Order: sequence, then structure tokens, then C-alpha cells
Amino acid sequence: MPARPLFSVRQLSKRYGDQTVVDKLSFDIEPGQCMGLIGPNGAGKTTTVRMCLGLIHADEGQVEFHGSGATLHMPQDQLAIKARMGIVSQFDSLDPDFSCAENLLVFGRYFGLRDAQIQPRIPKLLEFSALSSKAHARISELSGGMKRRLSLARALVNQPDLLLLDEPTTGLDPQARHLMWERLQRLVQQGTSILLTTHFMDEAERLCDRLIVIDHGRKMCEGRPRELIASELEPEVLEVYGAGALALHDSPLRALASRTEISGETVFFYTRNAQPLLQALSGQTQLRTLRRPANLEDLFLKLTGRQIREES
Amino acid sequence: MRPTATPPLSIWRSPRPSLRWVPVFRRNLLVWRKLMLPSLIGNIAEPLITLVAFGFGLGALVGQVQLANGQAVSYLVFLASGSICMSAMNAASFEALYSAFSRMQVQRTWDSIMNAPIDLDDVVMAEMLWASFKSLFATVVILGVMLALSISHSPYVLLALPLLALNGMVFASIALIFNALAKGYDFFTYYFTLYLTPTTFLSGVFFPREQLPPLLHTLSQWLPLTAAVELMRPLFLGQWPAQAAQHLLVLLSYGATSFYLALALTRKRFRA
Repeated sequence: MPARPLFSVRQLSKRYGDQTVVDKLSFDIEPGQCMGLIGPNGAGKTTTVRMCLGLIHADEGQVEFHGSGATLHMPQDQLAIKARMGIVSQFDSLDPDFSCAENLLVFGRYFGLRDAQIQPRIPKLLEFSALSSKAHARISELSGGMKRRLSLARALVNQPDLLLLDEPTTGLDPQARHLMWERLQRLVQQGTSILLTTHFMDEAERLCDRLIVIDHGRKMCEGRPRELIASELEPEVLEVYGAGALALHDSPLRALASRTEISGETVFFYTRNAQPLLQALSGQTQLRTLRRPANLEDLFLKLTGRQIREES
Repeated sequence: MRPTATPPLSIWRSPRPSLRWVPVFRRNLLVWRKLMLPSLIGNIAEPLITLVAFGFGLGALVGQVQLANGQAVSYLVFLASGSICMSAMNAASFEALYSAFSRMQVQRTWDSIMNAPIDLDDVVMAEMLWASFKSLFATVVILGVMLALSISHSPYVLLALPLLALNGMVFASIALIFNALAKGYDFFTYYFTLYLTPTTFLSGVFFPREQLPPLLHTLSQWLPLTAAVELMRPLFLGQWPAQAAQHLLVLLSYGATSFYLALALTRKRFRA
């Protein structure tokens, strides 16, 4: 019998007028697991996270938290559930009038913690977020990456059982993202459970034990990243671009791939083995090719399509 | 397994009493301690300049003012007792409009607070009490200056403190209604020019209400600032206010109704 999940969502739905934003979504988060919720803009990720917090009222479904004590139910146990959670929301909401250390102190007080409990945690949290030297710096002096790390430190001040991270690295440069990932991996290793939303597939692949792909509020698939890729996709992808590449899509070469796709000026061949294709194309020097293993991004695009989504 | 979740709670439900507003209040207090000097100058300098300019300048021309009960008092005392209520009103209104709106909408401070185990109700309560506290603090300093200027010697002036606190709560609550409805800062200009400024002139701060045309006089009787001024002025003169119960009731009714309405409208604003 599997261990009891820490957090479970059952048949969660949200409608605004005629539009169904989240549609009968169910998932569990096991203790110590990092669960990724991935989907394009407007797929319902943030709405789901906010329903998990009771900040948006769910039209249907249940959100339950199974901590050490009795099971807690949203919305009636909202405050008790939030007391066990740490949240990094999509937009920084740090207090601009406070230093880094004061941000942590003030936020800890919201959890009913005494200053004597919070103060010893502050240097550790600042160290964890690589901000020890910025303890007394104002928020306006911090870079984007530092602000996100301070938001993460703030979410840890109550020593939560579950972290909810809504697009934690959106807008960060590669260095800042890698540092953020490193810290999140450290948290997972220490046993913190995480629910992460993202539309960066490398982030999801790197951090998440399990993934749910959602689009239009519906679950498209769920599983471990590598297993999902293996079960849904051909192992290899050959990208072909350059003059005349698009004509290949309708050529006999297509028979060498199990599936093809066009995006812009590039043709994607999904195949068990790209070698025969590469040989067939070797004479056509005007074409550029890229052979690579199938990845999560291919899966994501297969499930959610290649059309551009406007910010909702 | 239940097929549906509970229906959304009514915005008109009664507030659940709790002390969770305390850390939110302390947050505002900590910010204010850092910015206290400029903030105090704004809240105190202007009322004192008004008092000096009108009280000594106009007071020299006007001399004495006759109250409704026939008593004649110096214009300076008349103005001081009225303008302190006006200062309390302005300070509370400003805080619960511009500053609360910044925290609610611009800085997303309320959103981050509600990520912790704190309700919207607690945040609204904290904002109301905070605006009243800030208004009380400013008016206490003004009152101190007035006492130093020997504008009043009455021990009754001590009663001004709870009265100023109540006055601050009333106007903070009214302001929070408009905060809940605001789309941007511009909206508050209407509140100041269309409500607070006329209220000031109708409530007997600068001149006795008896000077008003009969209709406005009757109307002004039920304004919250009138109630505060009618209670405050006798305290400056060392007298117990006439119709104290009625004026208190007016203030309490405005306070309770406005706070409830502000809470409901803020819940509506945040409902999703």
C-alpha cells in the first residue's frame, strides 16, 4: 500500500462565466516529492495554485492536506493549511521599505511566530539564499535573481511541509536560474515537498520527480519526466532547416520518420533512428541538420501544440 | 467523495474576531518608524500652519465667536477644537486611501500577507486600526502644541484622546470603503474634493454651523465630523458636551456601518 500523500487535489474545477479555466484536475503530492505542473500561458497553472491556497474559490472538487495530524480540508481549514505551506508567487511581493532581514522577520510574524523564534532562522535563511552579505540591503538594491531567492527564503521562514512555487525562475538570467535550481534541488534532497509550475521544460526535467502537463485546464498526461518522454515520443529527433527544407515534409523521405512537424522554417522528424534520414540528406549541402534525443519540450509541444498563446 | 465544494461565502458574512491583525499592524508600524519624520511633518505641519494663520490672523479680525448655547469664545479656541478633529479626519483618510491602496494594489503587500495564515478580514481590520493609530499619533502631537500655546487648560482635554481615536476609526472605515472601490489613485481626489472638503466647511470647524442656511444646518447635524466637533469643543472649554450620547451614537453608527461595508466591498474586490 502506497504511503499517504501529503497533499491531494480531487476533481478541481473553476469556471469564469462560460470559460472553464480548470477542468476536473486531480493529483497527489507525495512527501518529499517535487511535482511539476507544466502548461502554456493561460493553461490554468496559477489558478490551480491559488485554489490550492484557498485564495480562489473552487467551483468543484477538494483540496486536502494530510499533515502529521488530522486531514485538513480547504476551504474551512484554509489558515491551518497555509500555516504549513510556503509560497513563492509569480510576481515578487517583497516589502520595498524593509531590508532583507526585516522582510524575513515581518513575514515570520504573520505565522504567529515570536521574534525569538524567527531571529535565529534569519541568518540561516539568508545564507541558504546566498544573501548573507545583503542582510541589511534594501529590496531596491537587489537584482532580479536575489529578489527571487529572498522570496524563496521568505517562503521557508515557517519551515513549511510543502512549497508552492509559481514560475520561480521566470525573468531570470541563466546564472540566477542555475543558482535557484541548485537551491531547490537542495531543498528536495532535504525532504521538502514542492509543487512547481513552470513553462521551462529544462527546469521541469531537472527538478521534478513527477510532472503533470495541463492545457485548457485539463490534465494531458502525468508521470516521471523520462518515462513520459519514452512512452509518448520517438527516441530521436532530426531538425532540418535551410533552403528547401520545407519541401522535405511532403517528400518520400517522410517514410523514414514516424512523425513529422513543421515549425517556422524547420522540419522536425521524430524517429526511432535518425541515421537513415541523415544519410539520405547527406548530399544536400544547403540543408542544416540537428540530431538530438527527444526531450520534454518535444512532448510539451506535441501535447499542447505549437501555436502561440497570448498572455491571459 | 463529495461531488462539489462548499458554495462561496457571502461577502456580507459577519467578521470573525481574531488577533491576527496584530502582525499586519506591526508591519505598518515598522515601516512608519523608518519614515516617521517626513510622515509626521506632513500630518502636523499643515494643521499647525492653518491654526496659526487662521487662528491668530483671522482671530484678530473675528475676535469672539458665539456658540449655539450663547457662550462667547475666542476664535483661536473655537478653531483649535474644530481643526484637531479635521486633522484626525484627514490623517486617517489619507492613510486608509493612498497608503492602503499602495499596499493593496501597487506593492501587492496584502497578497503576500494572505499567503501566510492571515485572512483578508484581518488585513482590513489592521488597516483600519493602523490608519486610526497614525491619525491619533499626529493629533496628539498637535494637541501638545495647542496646550503649549495655552489654547486650553482644561483637564477635560484628556478625554480628547479617546474621542480622536474614535474619530480616526470612523474616517478610516469610511475611507476603506472608497479604497475597496478604487481603480486608481485618481479616484481618491473625488473623495477629498467632493466629500471631505465640504464636510469640513459644514461641520463647524471654521465657523459656527448656525451661519449655515437652515437646510444645510439640519443636514450637517448628522455628519460624523459635526458629531466629533460638537463633542470636542466643550472639552477645550472645560465643559461636558451637550447631547453627548447622541453625538457618540452618530459616530459609532458611522464607524460600525462603514467598517462592515468596507469589509464586504473589499471581500468582493478580492473574490475570485
